[in-house]
Amino acid sequence: MRGWRDSDLWYSFTRSRITVVAAAIAGATVLAAFLAPVIAPYDPFDLASLDLLDAHIPPFWLEDGEARFPIGTDDQGRDLLSAILYGARISIGVGIASVLLSLFVGVGLGLVSGYAGGRVDAFIMRVADIQLSFPAILIALLVNGVLRGILPSERQDDLAIYVLVLSIGISGWVQYARTVRGSTLVEKNKEYVQAARLIGISSASIMLRHILPNAMGPVLVIATIHLAVAIITEATLSFLGIGVPPTEPSLGTLIRIGNDFLFSGEWWVTIFPGVTLAVLVLSVNLLGDWLRDALNPKLR
Amino acid sequence: MIAFTLRRLMQSVVVILFVALIAFSMFRFVGDPVHQMVGIETTLEQREALRERLGLNDPFHVQFARYIAKAAQLDFGISYQHKKPVTELLGARFPATFELAMVSALFALAVGVPMGVFTGLYRDSWLSKVFMAVSLAGISLPTFLIGILLIFIFSVTLGVMPSFGRGQTVDLGSWTTGLLTASGLQALVMPAITLGLFQMTLIMRLVRSEMLEVLRTDYIKFARARGLSNRAVHFGHALKNTLVPVITITGLQLGGIIAFAIITETVFQWPGMGLLFLQSIQTVDIPIMAAYLMLIAFLFVAINLAVDLLYYVVDPRLRLDRGAAW
Amino acid sequence: MPSTPSSADFVAAEAVARHFDVSKPWLSRTIEGSPRVFLKAVDGVSFSVAKGETLALVGESGCGKSTVARLVVGLYRPTSGRVLFDGLDLTGLPAAERTRIRRRMQMIFQDPYASLNPRWRVRDIVAEPLRAFELTKGRAEQDERVGDLLSQVGLSPADGEKYPHEFSGGQRQRISIARALSSNPEFLVCDEPTSALDVSVQAQILNLMRDLQEELGLTYLFISHNLAAVRHISDRVGVMYLGRIVEIADSETLFSAPRHPYTQMLLDAIPDLAMSGHVREPMGGEVPNPLDPPAGCHFHPRCPFANARCRAETPALKRYGSSEAACHAVEEGRI
Repeated sequence: MRGWRDSDLWYSFTRSRITVVAAAIAGATVLAAFLAPVIAPYDPFDLASLDLLDAHIPPFWLEDGEARFPIGTDDQGRDLLSAILYGARISIGVGIASVLLSLFVGVGLGLVSGYAGGRVDAFIMRVADIQLSFPAILIALLVNGVLRGILPSERQDDLAIYVLVLSIGISGWVQYARTVRGSTLVEKNKEYVQAARLIGISSASIMLRHILPNAMGPVLVIATIHLAVAIITEATLSFLGIGVPPTEPSLGTLIRIGNDFLFSGEWWVTIFPGVTLAVLVLSVNLLGDWLRDALNPKLR
Repeated sequence: MIAFTLRRLMQSVVVILFVALIAFSMFRFVGDPVHQMVGIETTLEQREALRERLGLNDPFHVQFARYIAKAAQLDFGISYQHKKPVTELLGARFPATFELAMVSALFALAVGVPMGVFTGLYRDSWLSKVFMAVSLAGISLPTFLIGILLIFIFSVTLGVMPSFGRGQTVDLGSWTTGLLTASGLQALVMPAITLGLFQMTLIMRLVRSEMLEVLRTDYIKFARARGLSNRAVHFGHALKNTLVPVITITGLQLGGIIAFAIITETVFQWPGMGLLFLQSIQTVDIPIMAAYLMLIAFLFVAINLAVDLLYYVVDPRLRLDRGAAW
Repeated sequence: MPSTPSSADFVAAEAVARHFDVSKPWLSRTIEGSPRVFLKAVDGVSFSVAKGETLALVGESGCGKSTVARLVVGLYRPTSGRVLFDGLDLTGLPAAERTRIRRRMQMIFQDPYASLNPRWRVRDIVAEPLRAFELTKGRAEQDERVGDLLSQVGLSPADGEKYPHEFSGGQRQRISIARALSSNPEFLVCDEPTSALDVSVQAQILNLMRDLQEELGLTYLFISHNLAAVRHISDRVGVMYLGRIVEIADSETLFSAPRHPYTQMLLDAIPDLAMSGHVREPMGGEVPNPLDPPAGCHFHPRCPFANARCRAETPALKRYGSSEAACHAVEEGRI
């Protein structure tokens, strides 16, 4: 067995300077986001600690700036740096959870579709085709709207994150399903699958233990690129006001809040979360692009 | 050909019916339609009478059939929030969205194609690298962030552009247009760029890769060998061949533009259908959500069908291996 | 009919057929008025294999021999007819009974690169039947058994830790054999086990299979298009053409005195040093479209002895001396 340091993947990684930078930025952002409770100067969720006298303070290098709040505060007196750290944590968390949901649903349906064939396959793929002809954001908006209609209004703020994950997750399963179905169609006719069927291994076991490991390669690439899309979708929904509530803001919510104050000259409330979001998405996208090229030499 | 057309038509009908089923289910089962229509002081008996009158006690398939029949006549019920017919509300806002979508598509084509040709022909020049970097940003940055940045730069900092609304509009019977006044045109610029940027980068990358592909082919080498000028080769032969996929993609993206208009319209407070749809989600105004869904589905299916059939006519290679799927 | 197998035979196929539906989609059929189309991959095949014997099935690619292999082990269900294993029909059996039978028959596949799961270690591949049939208790016993099996096929027990991609084609086929042997089967179906291998390796694998047969008393159904390999390993040989058996005889007889014109044509096509100088009949014609096979005897368009009867009437297998052939010309004494 070769060590991972000798692998082609590692070599191609170190060769691409921009990928290393992207990985470093993405890694640092994710780490900072998840360590938010430890490294953030304040707890922006603790409403009791907020002081409205601290509201609308600009970054420290501007006039009226204070060193207590290095990049300023928002309209409720929240320290923006802390809010961004906590917000990135929510954005990334929702993004990862949505990707995992899409992945489980998509991979599962793709496996069943490819392995079972016939009517099951035709039905699943027809639904996939229909969904694919609409942009994911529209599906997410609709699922979100329907869930809001079903849930009692007094619980909507508590459940907002789950509603988000569900709507973004449902909007993204098709890619996984189509890819895994394709691999499954190839793998299921290989003789090792016949060898397993011959000794009476169950279909479920063949799908999970034989075919799935051979179909996971492209899934990882899709998942990386999908993570960027999921983070954007979460930010968009939150920006549109149907994401997480302002009491626990994600990056999108922060941008939405700041947008109202853009005209009064308080640009920092919008711009800093916006830049954080853009940098995060861009670096994840670059990582995904690199992974796709590295794992698929034919595309180069 | 007949079988292919019939199959595609059948698929389209199935898609529409499927979406209609979702729309109807939302309409019927998300929240209580009666509850939305009456005041708090209405008695139980009055509610029951209203249920009966609206046909909400009929079997599911009867209600669904009635919904489809009404939808075919463009009757999508009354908005809970606005207390007006949904068709009237959407109709009044359709021109704004349509004009925005068309202008963004034109912008995407008019800027994306030349940029694609340039980066394809001079792939190593510094300008190409700038274009490619911009296109990566165009794909990575969320639409709303681009809109906010434009507002921040041109409206807040420079103060040269309006940041919301359609400007002055002119009433042409049932159609209000912003294309005939200076303020209307000015108001259109930033929303159109915001909405078209993603499509523009897509078109640019597509044209670039098609150009690179075509320039490698034998008949281009042959055209050069015949002594044709670079200009004739690039524009007469290479570009012409990239246009079919570009037009297809633009056509397919048209539906996407209309869907993404939801976000752009929110950022710029553009009084179109998308803004109405978003407000309906926030207020759980199901009739509007359902009607918008049906409208978008119809648009998408029509565009997809048209593109597929056109492709089938244009490209004989497709005639062989299609059809196995259904 | 002399070829009807008796239930005393170890493995028997009774008029087994397998048709595949390759029709166009329903809508296209309705509009174009085209009928349903079936590929008759196997079209009424009967044979039997006695315990400890090797029966080979030979024929050009597309003649249905691999489908027969899959029918026999139960990977396909027959469209009609039945397969008996030790007198029992697999399809009618309750699940528990079927598992007991499955343990006793195994298969070796053609492509050594596709028949081993690339993500599994060799020891897990070989142990899969052990676990499926619960033949060993505990990890230690399982590892020991896998080590023994690997030694038995000429590999080292330490090879169990490796992945399939670390082995050559011949070594992979040995792993395949080890896996097939792990459940102590009595009957092995070998689907072109050597055709994907280098010529030098083919002989090693064939010898290994013969040694194992002697040692373990195995019964083989050996599918191949390689007549040299077949001659080397088989006791009896069946020749297939477009889903049917056209001749079946013991190996000695078939190679020395072929009856059916198709068998003769196949044998003529083998390059043979001793026959140098002999003018060989070139293999005439192409294999017809299996979706629309010729009426009567499928072979008649390529057959130099064909007459009107051959074009109209399907010949049945009949016994001539020590071989059975399905040929009107042989029956009428024209050959």
